[in-house]
Amino acid sequence: MTPEEIKNKIQTALPGTALKWVRDTLLIENPQDLPKVANFLKTSEEFRFDYLSSVTGADYLQYLEAVYHLYSMEKKTGPFVLRARVGRDQARIPSLVPLYRGAEYQEREAYDTYGIIFENHPDLRRIFMWEGFEGFPMRKDYVQEDSEILEASDIEWLEKHQVQVPEGMKKRAEELKKQGRRAVAERPGQPEPQ
Amino acid sequence: MEKIFSARDPSALNTETLEINFGPQHPSTHGVFRMNIVCDGETVVSLKPVMGYLHRNHEQIAENMSYAASMPYTDRLDYFNSMSNNFGYSLAVEKLANIEVPERAQYIRVIMAELTRLVNHVSVIGFLLNDLGAFFTPVLYAFREREKILDIFEEVSGARMMCNYFRFGGVKYEIQPHILQRIKEIVKKFPKFLEEFEALLSKNEILCMRCQNVGVLPKELAVSASITGPMLRASGVDYDIRKVDKYSIYGRFKFRIPLGEKGDVYDRYYVRILEMHESLKILDQALKDIPATGELVSKKMAPFLKSPRNFKPPVGEAYGRVEAPKGELGFYVVSDGTPQPWRYHVRAPSFINLTILEDMCLGHKIADVIVILGSVDIVLGEVDH
Amino acid sequence: MDTRFPSEKAYPFDSESSVGMKTEKIFSMQTLDQIFIIAKKIILGVTGHFLPDWACLLTSILISISAIAVLGPFTMMYLTLLERKVIGRMQNRIGPNRVGKWGLLQPFADGIKMLTKEDIVPLEADKVIHFLAPLFIVMPALLVFAVIPFGRNMTAVDLNVGLLFFIAVSSTTTIAIFMASWSSRNKFSLLGGMRSAAQMISYEIPMVLSVVPVIMMAGSLSTNSIVEAQSRWHGLKWFVFTPWGFLGFIIFFLCAVAECNRSPFDLPEGESEIVAGFHTEYSGMKFALFYMAEFMNSFTLSGLAVTLFLGGWQGPFLPSWIWFFLKTYALIFVMIWFRGTLPRVRVDQLMGLAWKFLLPLTLANLLVTGFWYFTSRPVRIAGSMVLLALAFWILTKLNRDVVPEKRVYHFAE
Repeated sequence: MTPEEIKNKIQTALPGTALKWVRDTLLIENPQDLPKVANFLKTSEEFRFDYLSSVTGADYLQYLEAVYHLYSMEKKTGPFVLRARVGRDQARIPSLVPLYRGAEYQEREAYDTYGIIFENHPDLRRIFMWEGFEGFPMRKDYVQEDSEILEASDIEWLEKHQVQVPEGMKKRAEELKKQGRRAVAERPGQPEPQ
Repeated sequence: MEKIFSARDPSALNTETLEINFGPQHPSTHGVFRMNIVCDGETVVSLKPVMGYLHRNHEQIAENMSYAASMPYTDRLDYFNSMSNNFGYSLAVEKLANIEVPERAQYIRVIMAELTRLVNHVSVIGFLLNDLGAFFTPVLYAFREREKILDIFEEVSGARMMCNYFRFGGVKYEIQPHILQRIKEIVKKFPKFLEEFEALLSKNEILCMRCQNVGVLPKELAVSASITGPMLRASGVDYDIRKVDKYSIYGRFKFRIPLGEKGDVYDRYYVRILEMHESLKILDQALKDIPATGELVSKKMAPFLKSPRNFKPPVGEAYGRVEAPKGELGFYVVSDGTPQPWRYHVRAPSFINLTILEDMCLGHKIADVIVILGSVDIVLGEVDH
Repeated sequence: MDTRFPSEKAYPFDSESSVGMKTEKIFSMQTLDQIFIIAKKIILGVTGHFLPDWACLLTSILISISAIAVLGPFTMMYLTLLERKVIGRMQNRIGPNRVGKWGLLQPFADGIKMLTKEDIVPLEADKVIHFLAPLFIVMPALLVFAVIPFGRNMTAVDLNVGLLFFIAVSSTTTIAIFMASWSSRNKFSLLGGMRSAAQMISYEIPMVLSVVPVIMMAGSLSTNSIVEAQSRWHGLKWFVFTPWGFLGFIIFFLCAVAECNRSPFDLPEGESEIVAGFHTEYSGMKFALFYMAEFMNSFTLSGLAVTLFLGGWQGPFLPSWIWFFLKTYALIFVMIWFRGTLPRVRVDQLMGLAWKFLLPLTLANLLVTGFWYFTSRPVRIAGSMVLLALAFWILTKLNRDVVPEKRVYHFAE
């Protein structure tokens, strides 16, 4: 079936969904339509895409994206790729866990690394990073914090456990806290964070 | 305190559940993997896996390096079967850049992939029995054969485990005829070894008592939870990527797919043994048909072997997947025309197969949890990529 | 000064044995057989000249005790080496062979290692009980060496309730294991201790009941008398060659393997699940004591099995103590063989085996022994074998849910 036919079929079955064919993949313009389209693809007789192979996040600078690869175990047909785009600040996509159990850990991974919040996910918390980690490591604008500069909360913990902290580091941490900044790693050729 | 039986009897026993942490350091969790188990006596009430102790952020590292430079990193994903990981990554990039692989290199790739499958399945059965308590004896029998195959990997690529052997468009080094001869001998002796290996195991009463009807995984739940590999086939679903996608030259070989019926631990164990027999058939056919001479890397990619940083695939994306011994190993690569990939994602089978660990373990005893985890067959390098 | 003791039985053709040895019998088989008794008599004769009566008694007791105190740990040390080498050979590798020729000095290296390790006690552990648990587990293991007949006239203390003493004292190991697991304040240890207490108590009962036919037929609880009762017909009167004795031997041996916490019943120290079970929190010498107790237990239980069923120290040509050690080590080899081959049984299956299968089987065995005792020779052999086979078949059918299912695997088209 050609891409146009597939798009037409989905749009006749679910009127009102805006779809676009991008680079051999189907882009769903409104992320809230995603569960409906996925349900249609899973249950309709001619597609029967019952196997969600992979859920990925990606960062394209202006927007974040979630990419879904669907296969059919019954009909043994090839990949069908869905995309959904969200902005960087309000990154909310409905979760596909009610349809496919396999999306559970992968959506947690996308949340942990990109910050995409999946609504209706049964247990959305960080999976690879520890609890209390701030930041989303895979985003293109993530700057890794510097391990040489301590922050105020680190110094609090150290003093609680009876470790001596030099005065210079304490002053630097208080300055950063007053400015409301994180301790960022130095890049070569850049001035130190003041 | 939780009143477990209060629904049935008002003046009930106030029992408490015990929360155990099968911590990151444990002899049987196959690596640094943690499970929070809440159990009532010895029966499991809830189980939450906690992973991330081996997270090395491989995906971000690959975004800062050229495509060929992350090939050694893929070795370290599923550090037990490095050749399959290389295979998956090369497939993805070859799809992306439309590269054709020459004939002899295809055969060499298939031979290496199937040898890896033999190594993996035989060791996994050994480790499963180790978890069951058969104090290392099956492991050492399995490792005897594994050593022979690892010696071949060393002769071919220079390293026993982290081989870094595949390149985009082919393989790196040539296989000498005497190595092919040695592989033929191994393949000839393997069925007899398998017979000896499973003679004490498949009909062993203690093994049957402990593995049958333990950790049952129904078909629909397996498909919905994106399970792949021997676990899926043991539940009765006929889906093997070698037959579905026919990637590389798997379409030319005749082999069958063993299916189980119940989906319990015993089925997964036995399906792996049957799969080993089928791999031996593929190896036989490949060793017979391999062309005697041929180029190792496609002509288009040969210059990039010396200068990998000049390799700029066209803008686009590709998802390449292989049937790794543990399941479906997929690589999603997005290119923006520069030598570094824009997005690189690994779809790790062990990670996703752990989704239904809790469902399989509810209602079983703690001793069964370890056995079920052993049959899921995880490798922490993959789970945490 | 009479150095003969009331429990000693003289040889049928030996005249008054006195302090000195008869020189014409120096190199005969009887001398070799009684060499330890003769050595003891020499020592007593030497010390008897200048010590009062009560001190001589004390010296004789001390000699017996020191012989056992050397024998026990020494056997245990070389048993560990034997196990490692035998399991190594089964796994297609050599065991330890670096320390001394063939690894013979390995136990000394292990001992030095254990002694120099740091003794870690968890912060919240119950210190007194944590300290006492290894002692309480080694004491019964050593005490039961007193009633095992190592050879002709070579029982350290010939009690006339020797068997009862053995079983009673070896049951106190359960409390020591429970002390160890509870005082460690560790969930894994707790699990191990619970499993172990349940396992040991469940397997005591078939063990004791499988020994009762022997007592019935031998007519005495004293271990020496039981060996004597098997002493005619040059070895064919061993209890193991009778139908009830054969079944009793197998059941007793299985229960002995379970009592020693060895594979396939080694749940309490189920290495792959609960790390090391009840002795997780022990290090250094205390751990060595647990280890020692396990091996000494396996030695004494094998020794008891040999005494009760396999004719004790009897056998042609060789001295009696050599026969005893040969038979005991053969049984220990079988225990090691089990460890290298079989996987572990799960806790509820273990309990099911003891209560639903072995216990009724031992009761059937008792019935058959009674039948044997009261019927005449031609009838009883066939009759008892038929009855036992029937009991076995009925019990297997009743325990059908633990029989392996046959699976059929089909291939996709």
